[in-house]
Amino acid sequence: MLYRITGQFKTNYRSDYALFPVRQDMFLLAVILFFAWVVFPLMASEFAFQTLLIPVLIYALAALGLNILTGYAGQLSLGTGAFMGVGAYACYKLVTIFPDLNLMLAIGFSGLFSAAIGLAFGLPSLRIKGFYLAIATLAAQFFLVWLFEKWSWLYNYNASGAIQVPTIDMFGITVAGPTASSMVQYYFVLFIVSVITLLAINITRGRIGRMWKAVRDMDIAAELVGINLLRAKLIAFGVSSYIVGVSGALFVFLWRGAAEPNLFDIPLSFRILFIAIIGGLGSILGNFLGAILIIALPVILNIIPEAFGVEVDSSLLEHINIMIIGALIIAVLIIEPHGLARIWAVIREKLIIWPFPH
Amino acid sequence: MNQPSIQSGIQAGVRADDGIEKGGLLLQVDNISLSFGGVKAISNISFDVKKGEIRAIIGPNGAGKTSMLNVINGFYHPQEGKITFRGKERISMRPHEAVGQGIARTFQNVALFKGMSTLDNIMTGRSELMKKNMFWQMLWHGPALSEEVEHRTRVEDIIDFLEIQHIRRTPVGNLPYGLQKRVELGRALAMEPSLLLLDEPMAGMNLEEKEDMSRFIIEVNQQFGTTIALIEHDMGVVMDLSDRIVVLDYGKKIADGAPEEVRNNQDVIDAYLGVPH
Repeated sequence: MLYRITGQFKTNYRSDYALFPVRQDMFLLAVILFFAWVVFPLMASEFAFQTLLIPVLIYALAALGLNILTGYAGQLSLGTGAFMGVGAYACYKLVTIFPDLNLMLAIGFSGLFSAAIGLAFGLPSLRIKGFYLAIATLAAQFFLVWLFEKWSWLYNYNASGAIQVPTIDMFGITVAGPTASSMVQYYFVLFIVSVITLLAINITRGRIGRMWKAVRDMDIAAELVGINLLRAKLIAFGVSSYIVGVSGALFVFLWRGAAEPNLFDIPLSFRILFIAIIGGLGSILGNFLGAILIIALPVILNIIPEAFGVEVDSSLLEHINIMIIGALIIAVLIIEPHGLARIWAVIREKLIIWPFPH
Repeated sequence: MNQPSIQSGIQAGVRADDGIEKGGLLLQVDNISLSFGGVKAISNISFDVKKGEIRAIIGPNGAGKTSMLNVINGFYHPQEGKITFRGKERISMRPHEAVGQGIARTFQNVALFKGMSTLDNIMTGRSELMKKNMFWQMLWHGPALSEEVEHRTRVEDIIDFLEIQHIRRTPVGNLPYGLQKRVELGRALAMEPSLLLLDEPMAGMNLEEKEDMSRFIIEVNQQFGTTIALIEHDMGVVMDLSDRIVVLDYGKKIADGAPEEVRNNQDVIDAYLGVPH
């Protein structure tokens, strides 16, 4: 009943191409955006900002980048963590070389470095496919992390080998560094994530998105409808690495505050791959759902026993958490291999025709 | 990577109208030989395709028909011989370049993009014709949307023509085989080819579906003036549809001509029925 689409007629193709052709979807998104932009910042505590809101957004952005490459263009990558590192180190160097540079611009530029390296490591994708390509991206992962450790110019010859985010002001407001307020950082991240998500939606629903999906579904046929495979794959690598690089810069500058090379090691890559797979490959919404499941759920599960006044040993709680998350991941993949985004799509379909079964 | 002369043709939107008079020479295949290691798939085959005709390539299994199509659209690179298409001579090229010159094809085994809807599959056929770059795509509103709508209008014409309006939004993986074949034809038509290669368009179809497909092929040929080269095993269909037939056997050409000539050719009868030794 709530989701009735009857009576919403499209009389031209332009209106058919609206982002949300169904009115209820638009309403739902407006509610979510209202919560994200107004309600959460007003209500959230310091703890909620730092453990829930900001990391969910940043991880969702990283997963979005990976999803463009793996979910849309079908090129499996295990190097996401390292590309995030490229974004973070590039941003660090930009900020230290040009201290007056606007942080938003610095983050935007640092994505370009990540995109360039992504393009270089994307070159083998024309010759090698599937798992073999994954191994090639794994090489990128190990090489880049090694480089972060050995090339001391990257961390300004710092004795600890780590990068430390300096205090950065933007229009008189401190946005990064130890003294920045969480709410400002949240809005900063939310703004970038919103803009990039919108651009990613646009790019995936047009010609380039179709091109990527064609390469993913059947590359021979794609070539025979006139798609230049190498170009399509390289665009995917470039766009994906750009987004991943931006998320890496946000990861360090707006959340962690400091980073060592091993932060970008393979567990981070896997974490983001899990978010993308569980959220749903080939979907934009899925990245956010996946990030909520993987990042926010452990935090929420931690709070629950406290809320009920039950004393649970913290290490036991951690193990229970891991078990619950693991079971949920398996359950999601068995029930719907296409991820949470597909589960939502099915629910939506059902709601549209409810109460009739067909 | 396309040559500039080809691109200007696409931009003018005159690909189907390639400036060749009806009955003029569109494609000339000269002494093509193709072998894989020691296996000679095609040896010394020459034939031509004239503008506006339906040209059939037939032969027993393994005769080299599909290899021939793969050579024409640049998927295989022949060791010897040359191909002249629209007056331009070439030995080999990448498949997407062949598309740029106006060659489209369908496959023996349906080769659709299974995760995409019918509409998106056919729209993909127009990728080569859409020119707005990534930055316009990201903004979406404005030039990219106008281009999308313009091409959507053309694609909807094709959808109407092929009578597949009802499955517009269905993922093609869920469609029955006959409809998948039709969508594939739609995707090839969306490329506005001047030469359409059909690899067994009627394989695995029932009589009704074959009749529909034959009707579409004839209408494409008559209405759009598209030249068609097709491979087909159903002799009734081949004899009724085609203007001229080339017969291959063991990689060699054994006959070439109008349907009646081919039907009565002793070599062809021997190839299909076998000869006592």
